[in-house]
Amino acid sequence: MIARLTDGVPRRALILLGLLLAALLVAPLVVDAYVLSILILILYFAYTGQAWNVMMGFAGQLSLGHSLYVGVAAYTAAALYVHFGLGPWAGVWLAILISMAFGLVIGFLAFRFGIGGVYFALLTIAFAEFTRVGFDHFTWVNGSGGFFLPVTQSEDNDPFNLRGDPVMFYYLLLAITALAFLLCRWLLTGRIGYYWLAIREEPEAAQTLGINVFRCKMIAVAISAGMTALSGVFFAFYYNNLFPEQIFSMSRSIELILGPIIGGVGSLFGPILGAFVLTVLAETVTELMHALGYDIPGIKQVFYGICLGAVVLYLPNGIWPPLRKRLGLGDRS
Amino acid sequence: MPPELVATVALQGILTGLVYGLMALGLSVIFGVVRVVNFAHGEMMTIASYAAIVAFGAWNIDPLLSMVPIAMLLFALGYVMQSVLINPFINRPEHSQFILLAAVAIVMVNGLLMIFGPDARNVLVDYSLDSIEIGPLLVDKVRVITAGMAILITAALFAFFRLSHTGKAIRACADNHLGALVIGLNVKHLYALTFGIGSAIVGAAGAMMTLLIDTTPNIGPVFTLQAFVIVIVGGLGSMPGALLGGVLIGLSEAMSGLFFAPSAKTMFGVAILILVLLFRPQGLLGRRP
Repeated sequence: MIARLTDGVPRRALILLGLLLAALLVAPLVVDAYVLSILILILYFAYTGQAWNVMMGFAGQLSLGHSLYVGVAAYTAAALYVHFGLGPWAGVWLAILISMAFGLVIGFLAFRFGIGGVYFALLTIAFAEFTRVGFDHFTWVNGSGGFFLPVTQSEDNDPFNLRGDPVMFYYLLLAITALAFLLCRWLLTGRIGYYWLAIREEPEAAQTLGINVFRCKMIAVAISAGMTALSGVFFAFYYNNLFPEQIFSMSRSIELILGPIIGGVGSLFGPILGAFVLTVLAETVTELMHALGYDIPGIKQVFYGICLGAVVLYLPNGIWPPLRKRLGLGDRS
Repeated sequence: MPPELVATVALQGILTGLVYGLMALGLSVIFGVVRVVNFAHGEMMTIASYAAIVAFGAWNIDPLLSMVPIAMLLFALGYVMQSVLINPFINRPEHSQFILLAAVAIVMVNGLLMIFGPDARNVLVDYSLDSIEIGPLLVDKVRVITAGMAILITAALFAFFRLSHTGKAIRACADNHLGALVIGLNVKHLYALTFGIGSAIVGAAGAMMTLLIDTTPNIGPVFTLQAFVIVIVGGLGSMPGALLGGVLIGLSEAMSGLFFAPSAKTMFGVAILILVLLFRPQGLLGRRP
């Protein structure tokens, strides 16, 4: 069970991963608050990208509406906390369940009615939009006016209610990102991982071989939605404010999936690398524009868009697969 | 609620919906042939809208006239986009095409933001506030004109695809890509042509849209989504379907604005989309793939 996590992984890859983890563990001790906030952003996108990758990269189902799962989970945990005083450690389970339920409903409708490819992707956008407008009018969580978590000014960290300084959030996020990485490795090397691979590459052949395609796709959606729920809960307690227009927006969904696509869809380390590259790129562009004195709104995004286009144009499989070949690391890492 | 009011709002919604349909038609044409989902569609429409606003502001040209050169401009843009950017992506997976076009969309939205700023702009021609009486109903003149133009352009496009050699060649590419290559059609050129035509249509729609709504750089993504909803409801690749989808969405927007809240209008459009996807995934007038 556990041995397969490291089976067939070159020693070099393990050492590199260990070094990376060690570096991330000591990072908060040496960096300033600004860099720490960037690191949190990177881990956030890495984790959410990893969650999306289960559905798209592993099982081949393109979701463009993952902001839906982030949003409902964030709202669930936040509402439980504000209205019933239920802390995030208890609320997160309900958030995961609700997110999974949303995913399963969409998956059930789509896969039962044979909706795939572009149509499935558009269905996911449609559900996210539908939910966004619904939350705009959902007065229990203050509709489009935004829902706010109380911010305490105390000096102490309160990990049980997730109230505290960024360092606490950083370590929490690092832990779930590392666990998600292990979970994905475990899934990918197990029976379900190979089923997914078959479904992704040749759905008809997979069906012929007796794989229950419907069930495997549903499992992928459930795991992906459930994992994404965690990043929603994190978002709610880290930023303390939720607006349907932002959290459910299509641009948020796109933002979430750029990392794994740039990094390499279907690879394990791709989402992490992609999140790192994109976040650093975005910040560098901001800083550069600021330093050069070009503070025109939009210029940063234009540059960002051009870089993005260039990456997909010249690296069709993302950054990680060619890099992993050069480093001589395992094939499915 | 007085029935005249409901009927008036419904008619206005249908007329606006025809222009929506024209905008979505461009997306439908492109997808039907090139099989690439243009995620920058609404953004291209916004470019056309700003071109019309500039033409009106600088030389006082009515958008109904400037839409001709604007459509030509967008044709060129679409042709170049397809032959330079998208062609290498034809055989790539969908998510890869998606990222490319999402990147194009990001550049377009923010490029417009850099040039024109975030403020809403519109075109006020001297007949903007005129209305036409149809029995007991009172309808905006601009809506009647633009809806008529939308039907006219769609009919012309339909004739082009049915009657002209180029149109038939494009349909051949759509029906059988390999067959088209075998009989020696220049598929790359025809794909670029199709993308150009689709862009020209959205260009015309964008110019007309300035008479109906306020333009900001940020409406681009909204209209991309709107175009998806319309073409899927009507049937991807079906030309009458795009108009029908546009009318349905326009009507549902108008009705939800009247009976519920204007802010809930997208919800009804999306609800129609979800129902269509579930019960008739090929769209109301689409053929089963």
